[in-house]
Amino acid sequence: MGMTDPIIETSGLTREFRVRDTSTGSVQRALKRRTLVAVDELSVRVGPGEAVGYIGANGAGKSTTIKMLTGILVPTRGSVTTCGLRPVQDRRRLARQVGVVFGQRSQLWWDLPVRESFRILAAIHDLSATAEQERTDELVERLEMAEFLGTPVRQLSLGQRMRAEVAAALLHSPRLVILDEPTIGLDVLSKQRLREFLVAERRTHGTTLLLTTHDMGDVERLCDRILVIDRGRLAYDGDLLGLSRTVGAERVLVVDLAEATEDLTGITATRHLASEGHGLRQRLAFDAETTTAARVLAAVSERAEVLDLTVEEPDIEDVVRRIYAARR
Amino acid sequence: MRATIRVYWRLLVAGFRRQSAYLMAAFGGLVANTTFGLLKVAVLFATVRAAGGELEGYDVALMSTYIWVSQGLLGSVNLFGRIDIADRIKDGDVAVDFLRPLDVQAAAITTEVGRSLFNLIPRGIPSVLIGGLVVGMALPDHPTAYLLGAVSIVLGITVSAATVYLMVAAPGFWLVETRGLQILYMVVSGFLAGLFVPIWIFPTWLEVVAQATPFPSMLMYPVDIISGRVDVSGALLLLAVQLAWLAGVGAVGQALTRAGRRHLEVQGG
Repeated sequence: MGMTDPIIETSGLTREFRVRDTSTGSVQRALKRRTLVAVDELSVRVGPGEAVGYIGANGAGKSTTIKMLTGILVPTRGSVTTCGLRPVQDRRRLARQVGVVFGQRSQLWWDLPVRESFRILAAIHDLSATAEQERTDELVERLEMAEFLGTPVRQLSLGQRMRAEVAAALLHSPRLVILDEPTIGLDVLSKQRLREFLVAERRTHGTTLLLTTHDMGDVERLCDRILVIDRGRLAYDGDLLGLSRTVGAERVLVVDLAEATEDLTGITATRHLASEGHGLRQRLAFDAETTTAARVLAAVSERAEVLDLTVEEPDIEDVVRRIYAARR
Repeated sequence: MRATIRVYWRLLVAGFRRQSAYLMAAFGGLVANTTFGLLKVAVLFATVRAAGGELEGYDVALMSTYIWVSQGLLGSVNLFGRIDIADRIKDGDVAVDFLRPLDVQAAAITTEVGRSLFNLIPRGIPSVLIGGLVVGMALPDHPTAYLLGAVSIVLGITVSAATVYLMVAAPGFWLVETRGLQILYMVVSGFLAGLFVPIWIFPTWLEVVAQATPFPSMLMYPVDIISGRVDVSGALLLLAVQLAWLAGVGAVGQALTRAGRRHLEVQGG
């Protein structure tokens, strides 16, 4: 396949599940099955080198989509090709081109040292001795894994384990990397490191990224395109700026002031949300489209002395909620 | 082909090394094996003596060999019905296995065989040595018995792993809970594999039933070969039977895996 052929292409992709209704105690109802549409007519195209954030509430259909893209789950209807292959039929060929990190599942050998997992995976992907050595060295250095390479996986901290998981998924230099909640439970520093690594990996190898996350930081720092899924349907496809524009999500400036101040109302394109400690700390919501944090801060500084400040980003749950609300 | 050998060799070594992390458990197993071995000595020696010193070709020395070799193989031949892949299918981790360019069945069986081979070191060999030293046993008079016996043991271990995969793990693609199958396997396999008494002293009808299952291929036949109870041509015949069972059990397991994958609805995230 050529360089411009899509890495992911789905058309009318649908997956239904037959589920038993156990919501009531009634035996008759429990015996009846109803159809749950997890992914509904999803048509999407992702080109090589793109970095796509796939977001939505729990149960919106994210995992089901990923399972169909990778050939673990057979679609009910519609078509899907990943790296130009049919995922279910060409599972083993596709596995050589895709790397998947499940935040909740491990692909490492629990009771063996980390190094040993890499050696097994290198054999599984039939890397040559040189390629194995070079790639392992590269990943060990970039993900700072040297200190725990000889440690059995079961003894790793969560941050260490996630780095090892990512390395394991990327050892064979896949064209497409799918990350399902890669930063879940990580501390700020570990998240930061992982994101930097993924950015660098994409830059040097042209890797296509698809990640599901509940973390706005992941989306902002890693993705140039966002797909929002709502009850199995595509609800948004575009960039982050457009997403904030669509939902009108506001950023919030929190200022700590030198002395008690009246509520800071009446600043252009800004809404006063709350004051604490007789106005020593105030929260101001502003629309990132029409003003900037700097302008708001300048306006505040005219009225009071600012000691400290933070800017709060809209969180993914909030953005998703707004999109969902607008569709209902 | 070289690539395939490399992968499965790595998985075999991985299984072997993983098991080496549980050395204390293995020694615990050895103590249990030896205890039950002595119990079997008491019961089966008495049976042979009551039969006039010979029972279906077994004298006391040959019975001793049967007892200690079968006890030694207990840590390696899977007669318990537990296998990692069954848990992985149940909790959805099998998704990770399907995301590798591997045959999931072959990979699972290879890893299991690796673990079993390791157990020959802390459990298999010491068990035979202890039995030989404490009770004494008959040894085969032709050296090929050892060679063919070693091949037969590896085959027996592999047949057991493949059968557990087929009977306990693969049904997990359809059933939520396979513990019942595991218990059923455990109850039936030991008996029909000839763990408690050699199947040759079963009543004829039961002997026929046993031979219609893969279980004697796991334990009885390897013991027959390595103890010298059968001659070379007999040994080759038993090896052929083992191979046939491995092929059959493997083929059905492969078919179930293919069908199961299409049925798979991985639970949770």
